[in-house]
Amino acid sequence: MNMLLLMVFAPLAGALLLALVRSLGRAGWVNVLVCTITFGAALGLARDVIREGVIMGMTFRVDPFNVYLLVLTAFIGMTTSIFSRPYMQYVCDSGKTNARGMRLYHVMFQLFMFTMLLALSTDNLGILWVAVEGATLATVLLVSLYRTPEAIEAAWKYFILCGVGIALALFGTVLLYFAAQRVVPDPATGLTWSVLYEIAPLLQPSIMSLAFVFLLIGYGTKVGLVPMHQWLPDAHSEGPTPMSAVLSGLLLNVALYAVVRLKMLVDGSLSGTTSPHMAGYLLMGFGMLSFLVAGLFLHRQRDIKRMFSYSSIEHMGLMTFAFGLGGPLATFGALLHMLVHSLTKSAIFVTVGHATHIAGTQSIDHIRGLIRTQPAVGWLLLIGVAAIAGFPPFGVFTSEFLLLTATIQSQPWFTVALLGGLVVAFAGLFRHLHPMVYGPVPEGQQAVQANMVPVLLHLGLVLWLGLSIPGFLARWLDRATELITGAHLL
Amino acid sequence: MSLDHLSLLEQLMLVLAAIALFTSFILLEQARLVASIHAFAWQGALAAAVTTVVAASGGHTHLYFSAVLTLCLKALLIPWMLHRLVRKLELDRQIEPLRHPALVIMFAVALVIFSYWLVLPMVQQELVFTRNIVAVSLAIVLIGLLMMVVRQQAVVQVLGFMSMENGLFLAAVSATGGMPLVVELGVAFDVLVAMVLFGVFFFQIRESIDSLNVDRLNRLTERTEEER
Amino acid sequence: MIIESWVLVLLQVLLYAALAPLLTGWIRKVKARLQNRRGASIFQPYRELYKLFTKEARMAHTASILYRAAPYIVFVATWLAASAIPLVATGLPTAAIADVIVIAGLLGLARFFLALAGMDVGTAFGGMGASREMLVSALAEPAMLMAMFTLAMTAHTTNLSSMVDYQMASGNILRPSYMFALAGLMLVAIAETGRIPVDNPATHLELTMIHEAMILEYSGRHLALMEWAAQLKLMLYGTLLANIFFPWGIALKADMPSLGIGLLLVMIKLAVLGIVLAAGESVLAKMRVFRVPAFLNLAFLLALLGLLSHVILEVGS
Repeated sequence: MNMLLLMVFAPLAGALLLALVRSLGRAGWVNVLVCTITFGAALGLARDVIREGVIMGMTFRVDPFNVYLLVLTAFIGMTTSIFSRPYMQYVCDSGKTNARGMRLYHVMFQLFMFTMLLALSTDNLGILWVAVEGATLATVLLVSLYRTPEAIEAAWKYFILCGVGIALALFGTVLLYFAAQRVVPDPATGLTWSVLYEIAPLLQPSIMSLAFVFLLIGYGTKVGLVPMHQWLPDAHSEGPTPMSAVLSGLLLNVALYAVVRLKMLVDGSLSGTTSPHMAGYLLMGFGMLSFLVAGLFLHRQRDIKRMFSYSSIEHMGLMTFAFGLGGPLATFGALLHMLVHSLTKSAIFVTVGHATHIAGTQSIDHIRGLIRTQPAVGWLLLIGVAAIAGFPPFGVFTSEFLLLTATIQSQPWFTVALLGGLVVAFAGLFRHLHPMVYGPVPEGQQAVQANMVPVLLHLGLVLWLGLSIPGFLARWLDRATELITGAHLL
Repeated sequence: MSLDHLSLLEQLMLVLAAIALFTSFILLEQARLVASIHAFAWQGALAAAVTTVVAASGGHTHLYFSAVLTLCLKALLIPWMLHRLVRKLELDRQIEPLRHPALVIMFAVALVIFSYWLVLPMVQQELVFTRNIVAVSLAIVLIGLLMMVVRQQAVVQVLGFMSMENGLFLAAVSATGGMPLVVELGVAFDVLVAMVLFGVFFFQIRESIDSLNVDRLNRLTERTEEER
Repeated sequence: MIIESWVLVLLQVLLYAALAPLLTGWIRKVKARLQNRRGASIFQPYRELYKLFTKEARMAHTASILYRAAPYIVFVATWLAASAIPLVATGLPTAAIADVIVIAGLLGLARFFLALAGMDVGTAFGGMGASREMLVSALAEPAMLMAMFTLAMTAHTTNLSSMVDYQMASGNILRPSYMFALAGLMLVAIAETGRIPVDNPATHLELTMIHEAMILEYSGRHLALMEWAAQLKLMLYGTLLANIFFPWGIALKADMPSLGIGLLLVMIKLAVLGIVLAAGESVLAKMRVFRVPAFLNLAFLLALLGLLSHVILEVGS
């Protein structure tokens, strides 16, 4: 319990502290320190959960499903803060923003971590909503940090689209509470997930289906499901690179986590009716649509960060499809995919940050010859893209393979679409990547001071997870699979 | 006619909810910005009044607190903040007429009918007197959404967003007798922070494109990429 | 019993014709007071009608038989429509024709002949007035019918006198649908009777006339009949609003005390409505003609919201 409270509230304390720190250099180090403390607390919490099972109390709930997401969030937060310290110094020096902007950045970074950790660990669906909305609000000003017209437009789109989406999710939550109030023994626990999960079969199916539609559209906007994805490429590409890394790597996961938690309730409620898999079908539909559309859009991109954000949409679509498919195999694959995608995508964005620093631009047409200018950046970008495209022996290959196996078993025709989409995305990514990494080096391009340790760490983890998933992690994911689908994989 | 079975307070609640729906329509069509802000303030006040009536007739004491919170936030604080922003942005006298007002109003009426149909299964089961208001609150949410779609001025879009939140609050009160207080406080806090951020945004947008017509925020498209 | 009720019918019919100019006089007086003038006496319209009846009726040589017949048709149709609406008592034999659709039809007949008469002589103003009148009525009619249907759906009948009975029987109930229908009907009444902000009843500026333009050519007894018909129409709408929405005081039995109270109360209600109308006319400015459709769209929207409120909020499952 102490570890949990420390983990959730350390970022809040950090935010308050960073509001007072004036110098940029010191703020960077304080940021790193707070994130490290958070990560340590998360590890402690994970150890507690492994020992005791589910930890509940004070409207928090940490079970096998969200504990590894909590550790992942804290870890990526920590590595990103390590990357962001020198990177934001460079950004500040190059005049894109000023000292006040930097203070805002650091405060909002920690507030963002706080809201995400709160969303992941809360048991109350209302607080989940408040935290997800809070995460949106915390990052909105950061997307427009550079104050260019494009950045302001991206931030406005992000704010409005996500705000509307979240409002619809609130209506879904109200409907859920309405359904719960009539069957739950203690009305004060009407929004508590644990209680609702126990009595899920008693919840009225018609109201739950309506609520789920609203919740899926609402939280799905934040996941980046097509056609509610319009804000994602803009917001992820116009904000500062560390922000893109955490948005892509973490916030999308949190939104998907919310969707899956709610799907568990709806499945329980619909289990006795004539269409028990409605939620699954909806998820599969949106997921497949996002996956295919994003893969196609990848080809048209001219901005490197936009291209990778479409890749994020594509992978989130894949994960949504997998969760919709249901069954232990697909769910295990989806959980693993959440893990490796976050690690790989944040590593890629960090590398992209360095690449744009080298080339001085985000436009794909003008980034060339990275591997010759700074081999570390070039090679790691190449390896990162190979990882995200699903090359063995990286972890993404493992999870995609599991998903394909599950699809062949239950919905064979979708395999064609999946494979096609994977090929299209792969082609798009490499088509754009090749000239960037191997092209002729432009005049005057020089290597920059770049700390590639976070990237190596992430990619190394992804490689390890692909080659041989450690036993404890596999058992951990298996327990999460059992929680979600009711059946073991291993 | 089931109205005969309802007490006077409950009939009053229906009347207030119907007037709140009417203010939605006013918000949708009103060309003058300051008048829109006043209409929004009235909508917030009406939502608070409905909450008070529900609290009085149902005996939920925590709803009184919600009502006061909504009144202070939605009827007083946020309109005041918007007024101040409008004055600072020098938009007091601006008029932004709606194109195709007749079509938009017809679509809004269609949305009212749609939301009624949507909550019909919910409504048919409950015996609580507030059930009919759920359709009205969903209609207010959807009309707020319509407002954000058809209007191009940034401040008016924010009014549409806030009107959606009004509708959601009314839905929570009417369908469930109010969400738990913690959640209500969280939502209110989020709305307040959103309002503050919107205020910051108006200035940023105006600095960058020198107008608050958000249709002019159109540099980030797929086409632009090729021209660069 | 039958003779008594027919006597009551006759009484009601005569009361309408007799009280209509009084209502107009009262409104003018209140308006004058609000504008800080002393104003003419409230019996002035009677004197005007008397004066017009004694004068010679001149006609243009291009006028046809329609021109001569129109005042009579307009007056009789309006009087008939008005006398069907319950004024002091309900349950009269004429209650059978007191149907909303019949009244709308009679008023439509009157309007039709009025417009034709306006165009008959061939002057520009007559044609202009007729076309504007048709525009206003074409937009006002759906709003009025929608509002009346809202009332009809609540009372399960389109008969006005049954509606009044239903309203009296159901006691004090706040209905959102009635509120909206009342607001919509008030706007429609303003448009149909040609008051500010749709049309100025006292103007003779050529470009702002609607009703006045159509009767511009009339004189003598024809003009008297047209003016009286306009006053009757105003009283018709006033009684509609007063007695359908606030029917308390209407005599349900045919004895003298109830009739007396009914008459007194309806006069008070009409007087209050008159004050409201006069205040509105003094505060608002006349709208430009191209904005009248927006005004009437608002009336239609209110009536539609009334209907929706009825279906959504008031109908039990």
